[in-house]
Amino acid sequence: MGRDVTALRIRDLTVSYGETRAVEGVSLDVAEGESVALVGESGSGKSTVLKAITGLAPDWTGGIEIFGRPRGHRPDKALAATCQMVFQDPYGSLHPRRTVDAVLTEALRIHGIRDDDRVSRTLSEVGLDARFRFRYPHQLSGGQRQRVAIARALILRPRLLLLDEPTSALDVSVQAEILNLLKRLRAELGLTYLLVTHDLPVVGFLCERLAVMRGGRIVEVAPVAALRDGAFADPYSRSLHAESLRHDTEADP
Amino acid sequence: MSLAEWLTTDAPASRGQALAGRAHATARLLARNPLAMVGIVIVLGLVLVAAFAPWLAPESPVGQNLSRRLLPPSAEHWMGTDELGRDILSRVIWGTRITLMIVALVAVIAAPVGLIVGAVSGYFGGWADRLLMGLTDVFLSMPKLILALAFVAALGPGIENAVIAIAITTWPAYARIARAETLTIRNAEFVAATRLLGASHLRIIAVHILPLCTSSMIVRVTLDMAGIILTAAGLGFLGLGAQPPLPEWGAMISRGRAFVLDQWWVATMPGFAIILVSLGFCFLGDGLRDALDPKGRR
Amino acid sequence: MMASPEGSEMRQGPEGAAPGLLSVRDLTVTFPTPRGPARVVDGLSFELGRERLGIVGESGSGKSMTGRAILRLIRPPGRVTGGLTFEGRDLTSLSERQMRAVRGARISMVMQDPRYSLNPVMTVGEQIAEALRTHERPGRAEVRARVREALRSVRLDDADRIARLYPHEVSGGMGQRIMIAMMLIPKPALLIADEPTSALDVSIQGEVLRLMDDLVRARGMGLILISHDLPLVARYCDRILVMHAGRVVESCAASELHRATHPYTRGLLAAVPRMDETRAELPVLDRSAWGGT
Repeated sequence: MGRDVTALRIRDLTVSYGETRAVEGVSLDVAEGESVALVGESGSGKSTVLKAITGLAPDWTGGIEIFGRPRGHRPDKALAATCQMVFQDPYGSLHPRRTVDAVLTEALRIHGIRDDDRVSRTLSEVGLDARFRFRYPHQLSGGQRQRVAIARALILRPRLLLLDEPTSALDVSVQAEILNLLKRLRAELGLTYLLVTHDLPVVGFLCERLAVMRGGRIVEVAPVAALRDGAFADPYSRSLHAESLRHDTEADP
Repeated sequence: MSLAEWLTTDAPASRGQALAGRAHATARLLARNPLAMVGIVIVLGLVLVAAFAPWLAPESPVGQNLSRRLLPPSAEHWMGTDELGRDILSRVIWGTRITLMIVALVAVIAAPVGLIVGAVSGYFGGWADRLLMGLTDVFLSMPKLILALAFVAALGPGIENAVIAIAITTWPAYARIARAETLTIRNAEFVAATRLLGASHLRIIAVHILPLCTSSMIVRVTLDMAGIILTAAGLGFLGLGAQPPLPEWGAMISRGRAFVLDQWWVATMPGFAIILVSLGFCFLGDGLRDALDPKGRR
Repeated sequence: MMASPEGSEMRQGPEGAAPGLLSVRDLTVTFPTPRGPARVVDGLSFELGRERLGIVGESGSGKSMTGRAILRLIRPPGRVTGGLTFEGRDLTSLSERQMRAVRGARISMVMQDPRYSLNPVMTVGEQIAEALRTHERPGRAEVRARVREALRSVRLDDADRIARLYPHEVSGGMGQRIMIAMMLIPKPALLIADEPTSALDVSIQGEVLRLMDDLVRARGMGLILISHDLPLVARYCDRILVMHAGRVVESCAASELHRATHPYTRGLLAAVPRMDETRAELPVLDRSAWGGT
């Protein structure tokens, strides 16, 4: 995997919702094959960055390039084939009246791909066997739903995956399964990840770099090793790290 | 594998089986509600009677026989005869066709119009929403029967015009429901996810939003059927709906009004028919609401 | 910890004889499903003194249902059987009216998301005042002083300003502190907190929990902390029950958690990624190990 290609380049991104600025002057590069996390607390603007990249928050200024191609302000078909997103809530991200099969086939149909095999192939990639193909969401557990959501994001064979708190709504044991899956998929398919989370240990497991956001700005970009030794330059990053560390270590005193 | 197992399996093997399984689950919920079953029997009865009217009706609905005017109900004429000596039972049976036609036409015209206007308005918001909902509110703010009367007066009396008038007065309520439903759906993550797959707005509305609005729409339309039947009967009663000698129930009551004190059956029998069918639709609508409500489903 | 007769010693089985604050015997909650009744809580027994008990489990373990069953908040078609004794009274035999007097006044509950627990059309101050008036009849000036005192007790020092805010104007952490303040006004003997901080950011979680902990200790109350977060519960409780599929699979002192023996507990502990994560793969629960689903 070459590290010389930039999968995602964000320059001076500012996103506003009406009068308020949710993101201000954010710049970030993600190399192909890399996994980078945007961390911060609620209201820090981390999810808004993803929305701007995908076009779900169209009111932004600055520059966004995906594999060298500038992004427009709305979702479009060309983007769909290179960049997909996995949402936080496995209950809200699947249509309640559509089967797993309908969800996955729709993506292929939109792009005029006639490949019935790909549905079952993608399902098995995310660890679901054929029994799940014609189930409705209410017949699936939270973890299985999230696997379906990941399958939907993967079926068009994108190279960049945006992950918006993909495990925060799941149980601990299920979270481990999904994190393992994401790690395996990245290695197998050579994917690039931009992960949004508030959970620092998840970053330690899944990413190489993290960007700490606060009040709509990136305050620091650090290698993931900083999570182990606490070598953060910014005081806010250090306090975030300390609080997570305190929570983390109590289990095994 | 038995049929029941095939329907209730949690691992359907095909699209068809998944659909059948869901229909089966809904039907089972419906079957557990006794009032809904009563409603189904009545509505099914209405459809069957309308379909087999020529064979079920003992006499012609329009055949006059002035020698047997205004006979009370008897073994020969179960519902008696009217002022022109026509068998009321036969007229009520033939009348099911007219009622069913009105109901079906109104549903076919008003429900889709309301659904689409509401979904488009709710999904896009902004000026489209303001324009469409402004129009809807204009229609909603006028009393239904008066508005229908005005339309019939303008278009001329007759059953087709009555249907059009009723449809015009019914769709705004459906548009409001569809819009409210769409507003709760349009920000759902599955809509965002589908947009990211590159789906067009048209596709999202047609494939993702409309199907979620339809169940509440079916319930509402079924519950409204009673009102539609009554409005149609009201127009018929006022002489602006079906014209004589068509055996329309409202028109029949209107004719019977003159004799209501001495020959009560002339107006009462079609009145019973209206009540029974209205009740049938109400029960069915209530049952459907419980069976189709995704929140009540486990 | 108060020097109550039952003290802080551990009672692990249902055999504990001393009458504590709350005694739960063979509590079972069943819900009907198309495939027959489902036992969401299955024969749960424990004794609670004036101590902090953590109930940990994943979704569907029955932990929240346990909290609700204690307050008799399970609605039909759910069915609750078993014994609930609180301060020597049999809760199962109380009328709904008597139960309302227990709820709030003797046992309080803090729920997950303060945005849904607070009334959106009343100011914070009005709601606290309302909570005061339901239990006693203080004068106007006294209400004012008590509201201020309540907000100060949860370290909201700018009490006069905050009392005038509406719930949508306060942050999540502030909202949860206001909830705690309201819940503690009638001086309950037992506080049940169901995922009190899972809607909050990590940095605020600690603050709110430390605050709740201080208040519970200072007042010598009992606390049942219900959560999915094992490390968090271990930190703020004396004793832990780990629930799975309606049953308690492990019961131990919080300080002994690292010596937990049940494979489910061990699996849960291992499945959480750590800050110093170096594992290439996280261990996944082998649910067949204890016949779970």
